Amino acid sequence: MGLTSIDWIIMAVYFAFVVGIGVALKRYMKTSTDFFLAGRSIPAWVAGLAFISANLGAQEVIGMGASGAKYGILTSHFYWVGAIPAMVFVGVFMMPFYYGSRARSVPEYLRLRFDEKTRGLNAISFATMTIFSSGISMYAMAKLIQTLHILDAPFKRFGLPQSWIFHTGIIVSGVVVLVYIYLGGLTSAIYNEVLQFFLIVAGFIPLVWLGLKNVGGWNGLKSSLGPSYVHSWVGMSNPHTNRLGVEWFGLVMGLGFVLSFGYWCTDFLVVQRAMAADSMASARRTPLIAALPKMFFPFLVILPGLIAMAVPTQSVTQLGTTAQGTAILAPAGHGLVPAKVDPTSGQPVLDKDGKPQLDYDLAVPNLLLRYFPTGLLGLGLTALLASFMSGMAGNVTAFNTVWTHDIYEPYIRPGASDAHYLMMGRVATIFGIVLSIAGAYLATRFNNIMDMLQLVFAFVNAPLFATFLLGMFWKRTTGHGAFVGLLSGTAAAAVHHGLTLPEEAIAGIKGGWIATIHTYPSEMAQNFWTAIFAWTTCFVVTILISLLTKAPDESKLVGLVYSLTEKPQEGHLRWYQRPVYLGIVILGMTALLNIIFR
Amino acid sequence: MGLDIRLPIGMLFATLGVLLIVFGLLSNPSLYAQSLGVNVNLDWGVALLVFGVVMLLLGWRGMFGPRSKQAEAAASAGRETRH
Repeated sequence: MGLTSIDWIIMAVYFAFVVGIGVALKRYMKTSTDFFLAGRSIPAWVAGLAFISANLGAQEVIGMGASGAKYGILTSHFYWVGAIPAMVFVGVFMMPFYYGSRARSVPEYLRLRFDEKTRGLNAISFATMTIFSSGISMYAMAKLIQTLHILDAPFKRFGLPQSWIFHTGIIVSGVVVLVYIYLGGLTSAIYNEVLQFFLIVAGFIPLVWLGLKNVGGWNGLKSSLGPSYVHSWVGMSNPHTNRLGVEWFGLVMGLGFVLSFGYWCTDFLVVQRAMAADSMASARRTPLIAALPKMFFPFLVILPGLIAMAVPTQSVTQLGTTAQGTAILAPAGHGLVPAKVDPTSGQPVLDKDGKPQLDYDLAVPNLLLRYFPTGLLGLGLTALLASFMSGMAGNVTAFNTVWTHDIYEPYIRPGASDAHYLMMGRVATIFGIVLSIAGAYLATRFNNIMDMLQLVFAFVNAPLFATFLLGMFWKRTTGHGAFVGLLSGTAAAAVHHGLTLPEEAIAGIKGGWIATIHTYPSEMAQNFWTAIFAWTTCFVVTILISLLTKAPDESKLVGLVYSLTEKPQEGHLRWYQRPVYLGIVILGMTALLNIIFR
Repeated sequence: MGLDIRLPIGMLFATLGVLLIVFGLLSNPSLYAQSLGVNVNLDWGVALLVFGVVMLLLGWRGMFGPRSKQAEAAASAGRETRH
């Protein structure tokens, strides 16, 4: 890749600011509240941008572009169905309990509302999950640095072996994130997330603009890719008539309801950003403010995938020969998306029809290399690095909080001083990063182990929203009900996965490891239905067990359950500051986007 | 929090903007064949600089302007009533 000094200067300036923010905030970190909750002093718009930025990790920028190249504008369902409604719900209905209960974390809310065992279960599974997510982010980043040959030239110049590039990518990203969180805690992570949000936007707007200009705008995309790429609802009545291989019910219930509400409403990684807001009104506005830019993110992260598929192929061969060191472009690629190459044999990977599979993950990076001259290329790469680091930092701050408040404080060392827990938060940041690095190396060695872990986490997460929904809106829900419900939901997910298989897959990690009694048209359909089964089981079992066990003491549930909590006063707020109105406006705009791109 | 986030954002984007503008002015026009003949470094550099300056102005007003004291007082009053 042809990086010149200007690109390196841009990257260096960015890294200097990232670390500088941590240094500047260090003097404000006096108590554990400052470190873990940013002193509850973050304005709504800052918390809102951090809310989406924490989720704007590798899977969003690279993964959504890859899905855009593979599925087309249908990928927008992950935003307009699978994110916005849940974000509105958490802001309008759930935030009063999270923020108002004075819980410092989502597991702590579970202890206040239910009991110790429900909290322990959630805390331990969540902490493990954050470590592996952050490890996967790290791995993906180091892999990208290697694939794009970003560090090849400087390594050659200083006589370092090329095999160290991967390790350097992992260590450097780990150290940078460590330094700014260690110094400035959650405030530092939030400030950097906001910075990264703007950088990602700044890096991707010119990319989409140049790309669209080249392929002839939206109409050009339409004519070169065909109708299946540019409609998000046409063909959703039957899984075989759309690119996702899912029918509308599975999509709306599985993705739009269970998975999306499960993530946006209960995942501490995002909820923590709202908990850091400076008032109840700000906390409720946080997810709503986040929903506004989130709504338009498909144009920034999905569209590049479509553009990469539509770029005339002639330019691909040119790119392959002129820009030396660019990712290998096998002749069988499509647009700027190359065929997948087996790293050991060097041969293209074929599917069962003998057609080469495409390496969709390279859609966005190749688009950057295609249109950005040196200078802007530095900015584009910085935006990519920023997205990886914000994903990682989000996980690390969520981890150090849950570890300190929900594992260390109750089970290992209760009753210590605030200064001790502040110190523990810093120590947890260090070993959180060390464990993430271990996770990243685990991913390089055992691809299957990572797939398996992700599957297990999916089983654990799918039922969670049923527990929160019942806990917050039905005062009769008991701790035993919640705990047994969660376990049965997870078991139901595992059993459903073990009994079904996506078409054309082999029994094993993809499902069917008990017996195959049902076949889904796609892996996505199977995932969505696994979630639906898990959620329903948890919902029903929680109700049954709750009715069989002793009702909780109502006086202890004030501030934790809807019917026993005073409604937040919003008489002093202007209409556009009121969560309900804001939510309605956002849902209306989202509906409009769905209609335009139907 | 003592540091208004708009200040570092403004500084970063103004710096990046200036870097891209200077480079865009000095660089060889043939570089831009790749970006469809548009000098994107110069154009986007100007956009980033404008954004950076606006952020700096807002941040400056937020931290040292006449309204900041008042806002601070309102925020801390809000915090006290909550506890």
